[in-house]
Amino acid sequence: MQWEVVIGLETHTQLATRSKIFSGSSTAFGAEPNTQASAIDIALPGVLPVLNKQAVECAIRFGLAVGADINRYSIFARKNYFYPDLPKGYQISQYEEPVVKGGAIHFSLNEQDYQVRLTRAHLEEDAGKSLHEEIPGATGIDLNRAGTPLLEIVSEPDMRSAEEAVAYAKALHQIVTWIGICDGNMQEGSFRCDANVSVRPVGSKTFGTRCEIKNLNSFRFLERAILFEVERQIEILENGGSIVQETRLYDPDRDETRSMRSKEDAMDYRYFPDPDLLPVVIDEQWINEVKEKMPPLPLVLKERFITEYGLTEYDANLITSERALTDYFIALTQSAKASAKLCANWLTGEVMAALNRTQLNIKECPIQPQQLVDLVARIEDQTISGKIAKTVFEVLWQEGGDVDSVIEARGLKQVSDSSAIEKIVDELMASNPDQVAEFRAGKDKVLGFFVGKAMKVSGGKLNPTQLNDVLRKKLAG
Amino acid sequence: MDISSLSVKKIKQLIDSKALSAFELAGLYLQRIEKLNPELNAFITVDADKTLAQAKQLDQAIWQGESRPLMGVPLAHKDIFCAKGWLTTCGSKMLANFVAPYDAHVVEAFNRSGTITLGKTNMDEFAMGSSNETSYFGAVKNPWNLGKVPGGSSGGSAAAVAARLAPLATATDTGGSIRQPAALCGVSGLKPTYGNVSRYGMIAYASSLDQGGLMAVSAEDIAYGMNSLVGHDERDSTSVKRAEEDFTSQLNNPLKGLRIGLPEEFFKEGVDTDVAQAVEQAIQELEKLGAVRVPLKLPNTSLSVPVYYVLAPAEASSNLSRFDGVRYGHRTKDYRNLIELYEKTRAEGFGAEVKRRILTGTYVLSRGYYDAYYLQAQRVRRLILQDYLNAFEHCDVILGPSTPSVAFGFNEKTSDPVSMYLSDIFTISVNLAGLPGLSIPVGFGREHLPVGLQLIGPHFAEAKLLNVAHQYQLVSDWHQQLPAGIAQV
Repeated sequence: MQWEVVIGLETHTQLATRSKIFSGSSTAFGAEPNTQASAIDIALPGVLPVLNKQAVECAIRFGLAVGADINRYSIFARKNYFYPDLPKGYQISQYEEPVVKGGAIHFSLNEQDYQVRLTRAHLEEDAGKSLHEEIPGATGIDLNRAGTPLLEIVSEPDMRSAEEAVAYAKALHQIVTWIGICDGNMQEGSFRCDANVSVRPVGSKTFGTRCEIKNLNSFRFLERAILFEVERQIEILENGGSIVQETRLYDPDRDETRSMRSKEDAMDYRYFPDPDLLPVVIDEQWINEVKEKMPPLPLVLKERFITEYGLTEYDANLITSERALTDYFIALTQSAKASAKLCANWLTGEVMAALNRTQLNIKECPIQPQQLVDLVARIEDQTISGKIAKTVFEVLWQEGGDVDSVIEARGLKQVSDSSAIEKIVDELMASNPDQVAEFRAGKDKVLGFFVGKAMKVSGGKLNPTQLNDVLRKKLAG
Repeated sequence: MDISSLSVKKIKQLIDSKALSAFELAGLYLQRIEKLNPELNAFITVDADKTLAQAKQLDQAIWQGESRPLMGVPLAHKDIFCAKGWLTTCGSKMLANFVAPYDAHVVEAFNRSGTITLGKTNMDEFAMGSSNETSYFGAVKNPWNLGKVPGGSSGGSAAAVAARLAPLATATDTGGSIRQPAALCGVSGLKPTYGNVSRYGMIAYASSLDQGGLMAVSAEDIAYGMNSLVGHDERDSTSVKRAEEDFTSQLNNPLKGLRIGLPEEFFKEGVDTDVAQAVEQAIQELEKLGAVRVPLKLPNTSLSVPVYYVLAPAEASSNLSRFDGVRYGHRTKDYRNLIELYEKTRAEGFGAEVKRRILTGTYVLSRGYYDAYYLQAQRVRRLILQDYLNAFEHCDVILGPSTPSVAFGFNEKTSDPVSMYLSDIFTISVNLAGLPGLSIPVGFGREHLPVGLQLIGPHFAEAKLLNVAHQYQLVSDWHQQLPAGIAQV
């Protein structure tokens, strides 16, 4: 039988606010356990939550970025369950009225465009951490993370393969980091996915029974977990079994998913509106204020880069994959000295390669946009060749400095003086009569031999176009 | 010096004129507490050193010419309010060892006003009860008759004021917990409009109903206290922002033409004759002062008790989840795993009434029952509010008995929770509607036990209620009478 895979993702994005969603404690990562847990975070008797407006603003940003409806009136609800890292015995979340409804994520994969619809996005607080290994024979509780603001983004079951799910997650990751609501750091848990996976016979209209795989904190784990889960479900069904609805955990060491709890144990969270918090009212004015602060979105910029600067789809995609990269590129285009297209080539080529090699990100790039513009401008005005430019680039990367000074100091300036080129060509022809004869006998390839020799003699500084012209003219006799 | 006749107003004069130091005054009250509290059990915690140290500090400030609105006024806090460095038990074994590391808004506000904390008063466990019999620290006794309950849940504060162990006491009211004990102990007690007094640091029972308030001998004293208590607090999202108000400013307004609404549902069968008679006499007194009767109806009154006993337990079941033995409070000694830690801690830490309400609340919020109970109760709650809003189009205040009967005996109602719940029948709807309510003594019923009259006002009409009560108290002396046994001390 042919099986169709159905995937929906729930993504927890940690919002990049300075303080927690209902208290004034810091959200910074990595502090000593329980040093960022206030009376509110540890749920002392009598304390009350006060909503951090910044978190709501992040949600509005997200809603605007994905074309969703911003709920003008949303409410916080209590999700009740007992766990040691949940100090109040309930999590403040949103249930019936989330702050964001609808919207969609667009991405392309294998040169095909996809759209994944969003169900909703709601605000909630994170729980603390249970530390099972740190203290022998006991479980430690670290409440630093308790109360950290999260935006849970729920997709429709619109994805049909692990590859699509990963592409969706990457596109979502790009958006939340782009609009600055999440630092996107997956290792620190700032962006983690739960995948709802089911399979059904191709052509079936109803969904199969789904399993939810919790807490996937890398794109690779997301992909591996889904692939394993799909295979597991198909195997069960093909052997005449049926899928049990359950929550599963992915174990990266064994590359498999394991049952965590079945639906029979599913808790009744007894949601009800939190009487300690007023409904969140978002008016037109607030939305407009957020709108004004929003950066242009990657898809918009990508189109602009293609139409305005003639970038290839590939380069435009790559440049808009990250906000900082786009900012760098935009800085390059601010100067009229060099063509944006050639700048883009250098950015996605040399710069990216060098960054990869040195494990730096674009923000740490030792070559400033202005230096790169100057370099590209010198290629375009033929002061140096593209090849020599790579040498200059290396110097700039290693030692910094001004482009023209580097070219000057190292004598890298291109030789465009035709008499000097002619002199070199004459000498070469004189010392290689056989090759001259070959060329004249119709062996065109020999041209390359002379180009190589000439460049070697000159240290690569000859203007290649001019050299070509002179060679052709003289060799032709 | 006989402190049993001291009012807040009088104390202010004595301290301001330096006729008495805060230290001397605190000492006198501590002596009286030491003498009477063993029998009354009105206080859970008294810490003379702490109290005297605070008084000394205030005296220094006074000598340096500092003046604050309630400088040197001794005050008792209900043990539901967190007070930094004080044991704060909420009447429960669960918190029997909990020393609060911070001050509730109410405590902070009074400290700022210059009051002296005399101690923490006894209460029904987690404010769940109408007789004070659910306190882990034993029931408070009614100063008027030691065989009777003081009412609840703020029974400790009511008994303390009635026995003049404190001139002023804080209290809280979720379904009548200020007004019912005030009535049963013959003192004045005000539950402010929901949102007028910050709930920050007040241990939550039912968040949408809980409201901090005050008890004192007279309405006038409460007015002085309210000036310190009311005000926006950004730490409580439900605390309202309003212009500052002087609650003493309207005390002396004449009552001529005051329209008193008398809901027929408050005077039906179920109200004892002794209570009905005392209330009727008080109405006649008010008429003499120029008030007029306006008969009216609050048709959904009978639904208020069932609605309350869905909503309050629902919120309580969630609010009390934090008492799990993990971070503070009681933790069972013996457990093998996490579930057992939870189960045994909570089984040992909570009393029967608290468990009953947690179970009820958990039930009404459960899948499949939520709509029929919780949602339906919320709908009826809106109808009850609407009844009041309609009524206030025809009257300025609503009046009725605070309770259907005078104080009852210990163990009389403990085996029948519903009859216990019905003792709050006249007070509960006021919380559901978020309105201010004031109970004042208006005479005595059987066995010479006090009768309370309740005045209910529109939202934020506390000053009006205090005005009506003060005018009545100028022409009556019920509030100044002392329990016989206590008077001799």
